[in-house]
Amino acid sequence: MSLVIAHGLTKTYRAGDVEVQAIKGVDFVIEPGSFVAFVGPSGSGKSTVLNMIGCLDHPTGGTLKVLATDIASLDRRAAANFRGQNIGFIFQDFNLVPVLTAYENIEYPLLMVQEWPADKRREQVMRLLKAVDMEAQADKRPDQMSGGQKQRVAVARALVSNAKMVLADEPTANLDHDTAYRIINLMKKMRDEFGTTFIFSTHDPKIMAEAETIFTLEDGRIASSTQHQEASHV
Amino acid sequence: MFDVLKIAGRNLSRYRRRTLLTLLLIVIGMVAVLLFIAVTGSFKSMMVGQITDSVLGHLEVHRKGYVASIDTLPLNLNLKPGAVAKVEEALRQIDAVQTWSPRVKFGGMFSNFTETTSIRVNGVDPEREAATAPLLPGRMIDGRKDGPLVAKGEIVIPILLARGMKVKVGDTVVLVATNRDGSVNGKTFVIRGVTEGISGPGGRDGYIHIEDARELLRMKEAEVSEIAIRLKDPGQLDRVATRLKQALEGETNPEGKPMLEVHTWADLSPFSSLARMIDMMTVFIKIVLVSIVLVSVMNVMVMAVYERIREIGTIAAIGTPPSRILSLFLAEGLLLGIIGTALGTLVSLAVIFAANIWKIHFSFGQQQDLVMAPFIDPAQVATVAALVMGVAVLASLQPAWKASRLDPMNALRHV
Repeated sequence: MSLVIAHGLTKTYRAGDVEVQAIKGVDFVIEPGSFVAFVGPSGSGKSTVLNMIGCLDHPTGGTLKVLATDIASLDRRAAANFRGQNIGFIFQDFNLVPVLTAYENIEYPLLMVQEWPADKRREQVMRLLKAVDMEAQADKRPDQMSGGQKQRVAVARALVSNAKMVLADEPTANLDHDTAYRIINLMKKMRDEFGTTFIFSTHDPKIMAEAETIFTLEDGRIASSTQHQEASHV
Repeated sequence: MFDVLKIAGRNLSRYRRRTLLTLLLIVIGMVAVLLFIAVTGSFKSMMVGQITDSVLGHLEVHRKGYVASIDTLPLNLNLKPGAVAKVEEALRQIDAVQTWSPRVKFGGMFSNFTETTSIRVNGVDPEREAATAPLLPGRMIDGRKDGPLVAKGEIVIPILLARGMKVKVGDTVVLVATNRDGSVNGKTFVIRGVTEGISGPGGRDGYIHIEDARELLRMKEAEVSEIAIRLKDPGQLDRVATRLKQALEGETNPEGKPMLEVHTWADLSPFSSLARMIDMMTVFIKIVLVSIVLVSVMNVMVMAVYERIREIGTIAAIGTPPSRILSLFLAEGLLLGIIGTALGTLVSLAVIFAANIWKIHFSFGQQQDLVMAPFIDPAQVATVAALVMGVAVLASLQPAWKASRLDPMNALRHV
């Protein structure tokens, strides 16, 4: 069963009397375990699509089913619950909680969202810290970490609650090229290790080349859809 | 809950200066309130103690109409022996009553053989009076302090009278009084002691033996003007007063109207108005404290939410339920309240302790060199602490609610 199915998906924003159609009836399907990029210039609608897949925003037209759930039917509380159970997020600015250490930031979803017992929490956090190679920095706070380290912690936080998919909006935009490349490869490695679907947006051609499926957005429409290789974790 | 408090604590320490300033405001407010309660409370209880334990007793029973005419000390409104017996029987039935003292009160003339002035006199049973007003012997600043309060043929007079009339302990004086029939009688007394005066009714009265009073007034029966009552626990005052009123309401005059009246010390002393004013000021100062805590905590929490909008967006995006976001911010307010309360209580108790060690002296009316001994009831501390913590949480409610209602997408876009 497909993970994400969008059909005639539209999104219109209203600013006073002016309506702006950000997404204009797009169709796409994302399969489980795939490594997907939405690419395109600024204002093409990449973030809007990711926000709707992540239940942060509602479509104004068409249908969008994520894990067989019509996300238009979710109210605020249900959407929060759905995100907490199924979706991990990686942000362009890392968005770690500044008062928490790397360990605590990764632990946060298990503690505050899913309420795992302490022993299982510790086991899972240590597993993720090891997976992103941040064990040595477990006690550091975000202001004591480099950008790459912060994003590693963010990747671990997105995966820690066994999310079925991870959404990353421009995850490498604030990183230098080498670090960006390492983060994308880390995401791919995590996809391979945990079987999690990764959906990210980027406008960096070298980064988008790492994606297996690329949806190119232009002015709110999907201009092209490219398969670099078959997703191997269906 | 512990994890929520831990995160709240970390967030408070993030803006250290702001948090410290808010805590300082709470501590200052808390100290001001607790010190005010401690000082006024000790002043109030000291003054009430002086009034009840050296003059009025906790309760008094009079014949109906006596208190309304108390300035003239009307002898025609004295209690007859039958009524006295009924009152005493009622008092014996109430466990909370420790003892009581019958008094004959009258106004007369006091003469040192060269000058004459007016005096208000209490005729008392020395032993029962000393038991009912145990601080009365302690007010004796000159004269014999051993033995009974006053023996037959002796008089205890207030200091102002002694000074004004230039008399001293051991001098012979004459008391002249008019009895209820209008005839005048006089009797000589030896001054046994001189008392310091205290503010309020009866605070500048003289004392003679009750039998001397009856003899001077040529009473044919053992009448009394009032019965002063001492309770085992002054906290039972209202309950005992009600019970005594119920017990005595059956005593009626020939017209079928109640014959006896029961008054608490507060009914008889103007100091009760001052005590009520102190209570009212305590309420006002608590309102000021509530305002300080409300404004300072709300201010710090509004700023906290505004500065952390993106962070709130992040935790909301990763699925933190709105109720959990609400609790995170409420916990910050609660923590401010708890820390402020703890520090405020500690500082207050330290200051109260120091004030007791340094022994602050003050005067009130005729009473000089009173020692301030501030104390605070743990229940008062608990009430103020609960008030501060409750208000701190209340003040956090609006910002916390706003944080929990933030749209994650808009919050993430916030710059």
